[in-house]
Amino acid sequence: MMRGKPDEDDYWNSSKFKAFTFDDEDDDFTRLKESKRAVNSIRSLVEEEDEEDDVEKVSWSGEPVGSISWSVKETESSIRSTGEVRDQSFPKIHTAPSLPKNSSGYSLSSLFKAFGDPSIRNYAPELRKPKSEYKDYVSDWTPEETVKRMQQGKVYSLEKFRSLQDKLLLLDEAVNAHDGNVITAVLIYLKKSLSKEILFRELITREIALRHYIHYLKEIGEQKLLVELFKSMDRTEDMALMQYRDHLNVRDENKRRDFLKNCLSFPFSPDDATHVQDHYTLLERQIIIEANDKQVESSGQADIFKKYPRKASILNMPIITTLYYSCFYHYGESDGTFSSPANIRKTFRISDKQFLLTCLGARAKLKAWFDVDALFTTKNWLGYTKKRSPIGFHRIVDILQKNNAPVQVLQDYVNLVEDVEQKISLAQKYKCHDVIINTYRDLKDRQQLIVYRGKVEKGSSEYRKIEEILSNSQLRWKN
Amino acid sequence: MAHSVRRDAPELPDFSLLKRLARDQLIYLLEQLPGRKDLFIEADLMSPLDRIANVTTLKQHDVDKLYKVEHKPIVSTSDQMVRGCFLYPLTNWFLFPDVVNADKYYVILSVYFDISYSYFDVTTDEWSFYLLPLDDDIISLELPEFFRDYFLEGDQRWVRTAGSALHLLHSVYGPFSKVYGIGRCSKMAYESWREQVEEGEQRARQAEIGNVFLIDRDVDLVTPLCSQVVYEGLVDDIFRIKCGCVEFCPDVTSSDKSIKVMLNSQDKVFNEIRNEHFSQVFGFLSQKARNLQTAYDKRSGMNIKQMKTFVSEELKGLKQEHRLLSLHIGASESMMKKKTKQDFQELLKTEHSLLEGFEIRECISYIEEHINRQVSMVESMRLLCLLSLTENGLLPKDYRSLKAQFLQSYGIEHLLTFSNLKQLGLLVEQQPGETLTVMESRVGKLVNDKTAGKLTDAFSSLAKKSNFRALGRRLNLVPKSDEEYDLRVPRDMAYIFSGAYIPLSCKLIEQVLERDGWTGLEEVTRMLNGHEFAVTAGSNGSDARVKTDSQRIILVMFLGGCTFSEISALRFLGREKGIKFIVVTTAITNSARLLESMLDNHA
Repeated sequence: MMRGKPDEDDYWNSSKFKAFTFDDEDDDFTRLKESKRAVNSIRSLVEEEDEEDDVEKVSWSGEPVGSISWSVKETESSIRSTGEVRDQSFPKIHTAPSLPKNSSGYSLSSLFKAFGDPSIRNYAPELRKPKSEYKDYVSDWTPEETVKRMQQGKVYSLEKFRSLQDKLLLLDEAVNAHDGNVITAVLIYLKKSLSKEILFRELITREIALRHYIHYLKEIGEQKLLVELFKSMDRTEDMALMQYRDHLNVRDENKRRDFLKNCLSFPFSPDDATHVQDHYTLLERQIIIEANDKQVESSGQADIFKKYPRKASILNMPIITTLYYSCFYHYGESDGTFSSPANIRKTFRISDKQFLLTCLGARAKLKAWFDVDALFTTKNWLGYTKKRSPIGFHRIVDILQKNNAPVQVLQDYVNLVEDVEQKISLAQKYKCHDVIINTYRDLKDRQQLIVYRGKVEKGSSEYRKIEEILSNSQLRWKN
Repeated sequence: MAHSVRRDAPELPDFSLLKRLARDQLIYLLEQLPGRKDLFIEADLMSPLDRIANVTTLKQHDVDKLYKVEHKPIVSTSDQMVRGCFLYPLTNWFLFPDVVNADKYYVILSVYFDISYSYFDVTTDEWSFYLLPLDDDIISLELPEFFRDYFLEGDQRWVRTAGSALHLLHSVYGPFSKVYGIGRCSKMAYESWREQVEEGEQRARQAEIGNVFLIDRDVDLVTPLCSQVVYEGLVDDIFRIKCGCVEFCPDVTSSDKSIKVMLNSQDKVFNEIRNEHFSQVFGFLSQKARNLQTAYDKRSGMNIKQMKTFVSEELKGLKQEHRLLSLHIGASESMMKKKTKQDFQELLKTEHSLLEGFEIRECISYIEEHINRQVSMVESMRLLCLLSLTENGLLPKDYRSLKAQFLQSYGIEHLLTFSNLKQLGLLVEQQPGETLTVMESRVGKLVNDKTAGKLTDAFSSLAKKSNFRALGRRLNLVPKSDEEYDLRVPRDMAYIFSGAYIPLSCKLIEQVLERDGWTGLEEVTRMLNGHEFAVTAGSNGSDARVKTDSQRIILVMFLGGCTFSEISALRFLGREKGIKFIVVTTAITNSARLLESMLDNHA
């Protein structure tokens, strides 16, 4: 869209959006608070009349009494209190999720396997149709009739489709019927009755059937066949990702690292190959850091671990979390160690901006204000120091404030905000009186200074400072 | 609130009938296993089941205990025998290729065995429970998996279910006289429905619903990815409404426990604010609070007789209102707090800039910083997808850099998520060397050529260009930002996004209804990758011209989910035009649900 670039503030203060603000001090919010007080004050009145008559009966958990969810919980709790001893003698349903996908996916077969000992007996029952349904059973239905019967849940047979041509006609008919379940059912039959080379070859020209087949293989977890399928179709990147995905199933970190190492040879796209390499390197280092820090922590050698015990292991955390961790526990280590921030920064090509943000967060959390200061300080060739930042100082203030930085620290950074208005509004938000007073003095704005005097506590040091400035006859006010 | 409602707006049909049908069938099936039995329910089914039956009903039909099927031993109360019915969604049907009858959503297994397994008997039946009325004008298929299954995996397993749902609605509330639609899946669902109508018998009856509009979710992926700012949508974004029910945390209830609340038109307070822009809600709530105060204050001067009348006539209503009011005030307050904390204002500003297509570089740096600071992963992904959808893909350099930073911040295993997003067209890289128009015309040709139907599929990822800018201009989706927008008196559907954007999905519906078809929208449909249709049911041509009430009731079916904001927009449109919309959706969705279904970062 071509148009001028209006000032940001103009854009937001334009009436179009003015009606909507989430600002704390907004009228709406105050109004809301008032309404709340009003409504709450009524509460006592209500309760003195008779108690709950039309109030829905709810159980302790908040479920309405009599609802199904409530009843299920009731059953559970009664079992918990009385049924524990009997548990062993009763049939168990360990419906271990046997399928990769589907959060809601207890499969029927896993249910039936679970009756009794799954390793010995498999009770998956045959789901028979009533005999009457077999009455109209004839064996020479056309593909079209067969598909229709499948859709309608009637008895059908796929066995009669013997030749390749018949099978493909059946498949195409299923695709034409737009019924995914029928398509998959036919594919299951083709999978059983055709060699995979032939099936793969035929699927290449049948995109819809192919996607059903891939999804089916994913759901039943036939990884190997899927890899072969992708390979035969030259979809090497899909194949690589599919194999890479399997690392999620490897729980042990050493085995997972080895698995990732093995992934490095897969035909990823060049970009993804770099990421997978990073993944391997990262886990490799995390394992080393974890082992070391665990030992240091338990031996009680380092103060930092005593003061801030680790809440979780660093294994399998993202790169940035690892960097944060390293800035927190391993700040100042030399580049040579795997756990040093500098090393992590270099190894994973972390941008200046990203590095600064993460480091700032970690050092501020530790209230290491000296380190924070050092992050921004640069020396120019004359030896003067200056504070610089790849991100706006208003952002820095925000981050520091979120980490509960004291006013003395905050005001240094508020002072560095270039935009005067932004500086003043930040200073007001965080009560950096000195910044405000000095700014108004520099602006020679006597009126604002007088207004501000009204806002600070009488007799406070800020108040005295304003008085002092206002009485200074040397200053030339603009108003 | 302040909307003028056209007085002649028709009454909505009664959808509680659908609940009754499902309940009656369930009871019939339960009675197929005579005698006392337990009922084992899959966890996901509990809430929907709660909406159509309660424990008393089940007990009346010899259900003894209710269990959730989970990783726990089953303990039956009857000592030696287990007699029970299991209710399952039929998602993994293919493990029993014999049970292909796919349009039946639930299986019910009647199981009867003794604990030594010497006797074992199992029968199966199907329970066709696929339409759950969530409110007077919302019916859900409760199929959140639809979006991923169809749009990502390309699996058409739910197409017939959608067709059957239409078939059921058609036979109970139809016959429908006109059907409009757009999208491949819509077309297929329509076909499936048509076949089922032809197979079954037809009864002539008075139609309660006149017209139907079918729309695929991927026709408009921008709208569900926007932050919701209409009350009901915002509640869904923050607290997640599940099956028409929300759990308000202690923070909201200002007590020590959470409360589950049904959110629908029965809640008088909610009903008045659900469609309002959030900024308008406070005013309404405080006015209500004042009124309530006055009503209570009336008591002070009353004598005993007046007091008696007050207690018997007014008090109950006032107390009800009081309870609801304090809940919604609590909810608003808690939402305010959450939103101010995460700089909601700036987030919305970025979203609006993306929709308008200006200051894109600033948007990118905002997103970058969002990622760098490891703020909510789903939010970062949402912004990336919005950027890609509105800009027709990211420049290769941006794509590479943002992807790398995302993986650094949230975990490298999200490589898999990126691959999914690419596959679906949610987050793509602009193709170098090929201009958009070249590709468009190429794809356009393929789409028009019917014999190339199979080929289009292969090119579908190319065809998934969103063309958002061009569509926005063509349909006026993004009002000029220098005009005032008074959210108190909304002038169009853009109010649901603070006046910044009219949802594409709803705009299409409006346009097609206005034109009574797709004529004049050729350019639009071409950019949307075609697959539009408009069908008139033959016989009663003369009747159709008569503007009966049923003609002004429009059923809109979203395949792949719709958001509360879209429902609010349609309600607004309905009020303006004196029509009523009924929304049928595979599930209520929002940006978080939609994107979470794309994640592939766990085993």
